Formats: sequence, structure tokens, C-alpha cells
Amino acid sequence: MNEKRIIGNRIVIPIGPQHPSLKEPGCFTITLEGEKVVHAVIGVGYNHRGLEKACESRSFIQTLYLIERVCGICSHTHSTAFCQGIEELSGITVPRRAAYIRVIIAELERLHSHLLWLGVAAHEIGFDTLFMYSWRDREKVLDILAEACGNRVNYGINTVGGVRRDLDDNVIQGISKMADSLENQLKYYLDLVMIDTTLSARLSGIGKLSREDAMKFGAVGPVARAAGISYDIRTIEPYGAYGEIPVKVITDDHADVFGRTVVRIREMLESLEILRFCIKNIPDGGIAVKAPRRIPAGEVISRTEAPRGENIHYIRSNGTDILDRVRVRAPTEANWHGMKHMLEGQYLADVPITIAAIDPCYSCADRAIVINSGNKTEVMDWQRLRQYSIEWYKKRGVDMASVKMPESKAYF
Amino acid sequence: MVSALVKIFIFPGFVFMAAYSMFLEYLDRKIYARLQNRIGPPWYQPLADFLKLLGKETIIPADANRMMFQVLPIASLAAVATSFIYIPVFGRNAVAYFEGDVVVVLYLLTVPTMSLFLAGWYSRGIYSTIGSVRTLTQMFAYEVPLFMALLAPGLIAKTWSVSGMAEFYSRHPLYILINVPAFAVALIAGQGKLERAPFDSPEAETEIVSGALVEYSGKLLALFRMSVDCELVLIASLISAIFLPFMTGNVILDFALYLIKTCAILVFFTIMRSVMARLRVDQMLAFYWRLLTPVAVVQMVINLLVRGNLRL
Repeated sequence: MNEKRIIGNRIVIPIGPQHPSLKEPGCFTITLEGEKVVHAVIGVGYNHRGLEKACESRSFIQTLYLIERVCGICSHTHSTAFCQGIEELSGITVPRRAAYIRVIIAELERLHSHLLWLGVAAHEIGFDTLFMYSWRDREKVLDILAEACGNRVNYGINTVGGVRRDLDDNVIQGISKMADSLENQLKYYLDLVMIDTTLSARLSGIGKLSREDAMKFGAVGPVARAAGISYDIRTIEPYGAYGEIPVKVITDDHADVFGRTVVRIREMLESLEILRFCIKNIPDGGIAVKAPRRIPAGEVISRTEAPRGENIHYIRSNGTDILDRVRVRAPTEANWHGMKHMLEGQYLADVPITIAAIDPCYSCADRAIVINSGNKTEVMDWQRLRQYSIEWYKKRGVDMASVKMPESKAYF
Repeated sequence: MVSALVKIFIFPGFVFMAAYSMFLEYLDRKIYARLQNRIGPPWYQPLADFLKLLGKETIIPADANRMMFQVLPIASLAAVATSFIYIPVFGRNAVAYFEGDVVVVLYLLTVPTMSLFLAGWYSRGIYSTIGSVRTLTQMFAYEVPLFMALLAPGLIAKTWSVSGMAEFYSRHPLYILINVPAFAVALIAGQGKLERAPFDSPEAETEIVSGALVEYSGKLLALFRMSVDCELVLIASLISAIFLPFMTGNVILDFALYLIKTCAILVFFTIMRSVMARLRVDQMLAFYWRLLTPVAVVQMVINLLVRGNLRL
């Protein structure tokens, strides 16, 4: 093994597919010279689930449950984007109370996602105390989510035409209580990041992605905002109730992991402000309108601001209850492109935190695997791809030929 | 003869050291957990871990050097156990002492680190190779300040024996104050010696899995872990013997004092580990060479001047 791995004074070290610093499988092949990274190859695609294809053989209500499961952490933002698209196609308006409830759940989701990220980032740089603290505080948010939706993650609160559950007074009081106690903690973490020398030594100047590079690679979310790009779907294209709610976009000009940390912590403080505004101004009324059985033919692009960045859903309907095509562009997919640029020229010790700093969600972004065999590349259509998979499994002793597949109506 | 063997192997020798190392590991993990808002392990957890590892299969990689792979954990543990004989646990004198034993202790202290380096090197794994190179790099960083800090008090005491230093400073407790910078240097360099955060880059879990020991399993890993724990006892005892030699003359009380002093040093180590992020190798090197080594050199100069002027 070593003969292949050590070439001259260079060592090729695989980070992944199974590695303690990665929470999901991905293979980063790092070529080192001493401790410096000279070359990085990003290998994703270990978690392809065929999710978009699965959406094409189910009714749109069943698809909603699939879309909820695109991501384990930011499930609400995906179902919101999907529901918005369907609502726009069928021309229904969500009641205002439902729109507010969607915003409340979305901001709670942003809080718990960012707190999760803070813990993971602290663990990557060996600061386990901050990891334990931030995950303890995340429990407060998860408790509220469980009380409001019945689930800690995968809330299942969105439905086409509104939301499925109303927030009662208990939950609303719980949110305002949680916001007060969390605010103190978040301010403490912000101070900690600003003051602590070991933290700033490990975060500053790491994973640089300047404003120009962020533009070039199409970075979104906190990665772009940390580079000084004021890009937040909540303000540039307000959806749902965001049009009525003042949202301050948090930016920073450090353009490194330190900046991304500061942006995320300050975004959490801003989320608390949004939650307070929503609780004060939430209107009374119904929480859902009836959705039609069939979706009128047409196509729509629906965008939301996920905790990790801009989330795009493209939906095309052919007039039945089964959608023609659903395309999910999760924010991680946009942020992968700059990763090689961020990794090269750094120390090996900074690789895990650089990867973690974009808050990657591998399975959300994995779409299809390109099989490279030599120089030959080919494009397969659906029938040939199916034939290929049957042969592939047959060689390994599994016969998939008898499995029936629904006839595909999609355009390739 | 029999009493000497009992002293070396049972109390205060190897068996005591092993048992105390498990207690210190428990204390370390418990305090670490409490500082992180967790409950932490029960008191028997280190022993349970050790016994469980003993019962596990030992896998030796095909590429590894079988002999070295098996000998190194034993060499590491033996070196730690040998050097513990020269450290006073109760009373002023250790089980064995002679003029110059502090040099032997410091020499034996490098053996576990070298074993760790060789263990990683002979495992032939990619993570263990990087981990062992980092172990060696770190050794070159902490050794100079650690050795200077531990030897500086000997300049005033005019002895190169741990027992002799302990005896001198227990008779003249105020001279300890001169050695305060060396005490601080020894504590911080000791943290690096034990490869604990913020100086744990040789075994950085999120980068190189667990560094030099990544290929180890079963009994051999149990022995290595035990020798790391015993090293903790050794460092804490050595620092407490040289820098905190407060004694009453009563054997039982002195032993109690020894336990209190070593636990206090451990608490310091644990707090340090829980409030800092892991430093990168280059940052660690810069810290040791630019900050700790000059402090240790200044301490040496001060102690030489004191020695020249005081005519003790």
C-alpha cells in the first residue's frame, strides 16, 4: 500500500470515504509535501439516492414526503421550496398565519443547523468543550421543534396550501423563553470566537475564498456572505412571510473560516430577532387551504434560503398528479466548486475544518455518479442505464431483472 | 532483597503506579466531562476499558514489522515503570536514588515517546506514519524546555538527584519561589509530552484518526494506553517532587500530600485540555521555541546567578 501512497517526498493521503472528521462519506485525496497540501481531489457521490428519479413516479403529495427527506438537518427549507413551487403552479395562496408558521419553523431550523455546525467545527479543531456546549444549547431549539411539530428533525409541518399544525400558546411562549436564554449563550460564543487565541489561531486565514473567487465559483450562503457578498434569498426575493419581516443580511469581510464562524453566530442572533418579530405579529386565521388534486401543466423555479445557502427547486408538471421533473439544487452543490481552491496550499491540519466550514451536506448534493473508465466517456439513456445496472448486479450475484420499474415519462 | 522487590514491583512501584494511573485517568475523564456539561464515566471505566482491550483480538498489519510491533508497547511501559522507581512517592527518598538519577529519569522519559514514534513508523500505515512524524517533531519541541525546567532547580540544590532536590527544597521551602517560571514551563511542556490538547496534533482524531497508534488493537493497544497513563503519573509525580516538595516527615501524611499534589497537577492539565483548541504543528513549534525555551533559558541564568551568590 505504501509504495503507491508515497511518491518521492510527496504523500498521498485519503481523507474518506470513512473518516472520523467526515460525518458523511466523501473521498478527499490529499497530496502532501510535508504537512502542506499541494493537490486536492474532491470525490463525492458515495451517497447518491436516486431521489429526483423517485419523485417522478409518485404523486406530488407522496413526493412532498420524499423532499422532506432530502436533508436531515434542513428538511423544512426543502419542503417549503417544493410547496411554494406547487402552490405557484396551482395558483393558491397560503394563509398568512401559515406563512408565519413556516418562517418560525425555518428560523428555528436555521438556529439548530448553525448550532450543530458550530459544534462540528469546534470538534474539527479539537475544541471539544465548545462542541458539547453548543450541542447542549441546540437541544433547547430541538425541544421547541419537537413540541411544535412532533419531531426533532423532519418536522413534516409543511403541506401544499399551508401547514399541518397550528402553534399553540405554549409553543409560542416556549420560543420566546428559549430565545432569551439562547441569546446570552450566543453572545458568549461570539465573544469567545473574538477573544480566544487558540480559536483565532486555528480559524483565521484558513480556507480563504475571496470575494472574486466566491463569485467565480458561485458560492452561496455563509461562505459567500463571509466574503462580503450580500446574497440572501430572504431579502433579494422575499418568499412567504419574509416580505413583511425585517431581515438584516449578515456579512463579513474576513473571507475565511473565521469569517464564516462569525457570520453564522451573528445570523443566529438575527434569527432570534426574526422569531421575536414573528411571535409578536403572528396573525390569526386558518392554517391551510385545500390543494387541488391535479397540478396544472407548467414549470416553476422556487428558491429559499436554507441554513447552508440558496436552495433551488425546479418543478415541471404535465397536468396530472405525478410531476414530470423535480430538480433539487441543494446549497452544498454550489459550495463544492470552490473547495479545491480553498484546500490547496494549506496545512493538512486545516483540511477537516476547511471542509467543515462550508457545512457540507453530502447526500443532499449527490446526484449521479460518472463512471470514468479510461478516456472513454458515454452518455446513457434511461433504458441503457437500467440494462447496465442489471448486468452490474448480475456479476455480483443479484438478479434485478425481475424488479418492475414504472415507465418513465421524463425527458432526458 | 524481598522488601526491595516488593517496593519495586508492588508499592510504591509498578502495581501502585498502574492502579494510580487508572484513578488519574478516571479523574481526568470525569473532570473533563463535568467541565463540558456531561456526566462522565463511572470510577471503574478505565479498568473496564483495559480489561476489555485485553480480551480483544490483536491484529498485526501484514506490512508491519512483527517483532517491533509487539516489543514496543512493552518497552514503553518498562521504561516508565523503571523511571518511577527514582521518584519519591512518600517521604523524602525514592525507592532507589543516586547522584544523577534525574538524568536517568529524563532519559527514560524519552523512551515512551520514541516507542510511540517507532510504533507508528513500523505499522507502515499512512495515518500512523504522519502521526509518528508529528510525535517526533513535537518531541524536539518540548524536550528542550522540559529538560531545562526540570534541571534548573538542581542548580540551586547542587544535586542531580530527584530525591536530593526534594530533600533540599523541603528544608528550604522559600527557594521554590525562584523556580516558579520553571514550574510553569514544566507544566506546559508536560502537557506537550503527554500529547494532550492543545498539543495533541500527533493524535489529532479529526485529521489522522489517532496518529501513531492507529494500527494497534487488543492487548498491545491496552499496554500502550497503560504506558501513556503511567506516563501521566510519572510526569505529575516528577513535577510535584521537584517543584512542590512540601513534606511533614510523617509517612502517612506525606503520602496523602503526594496524592493531593499530583491530583492538583492533573486538574491543571485537565482544565488546560478543556479550554483550548488543538494547535497546528507549526503553531506548536513556534510556541515552544519562541516562548517556552527562552523562559527556561532565563530560569537557568537566574538559578546560576543565585547559586553563585548565595554560597549555600
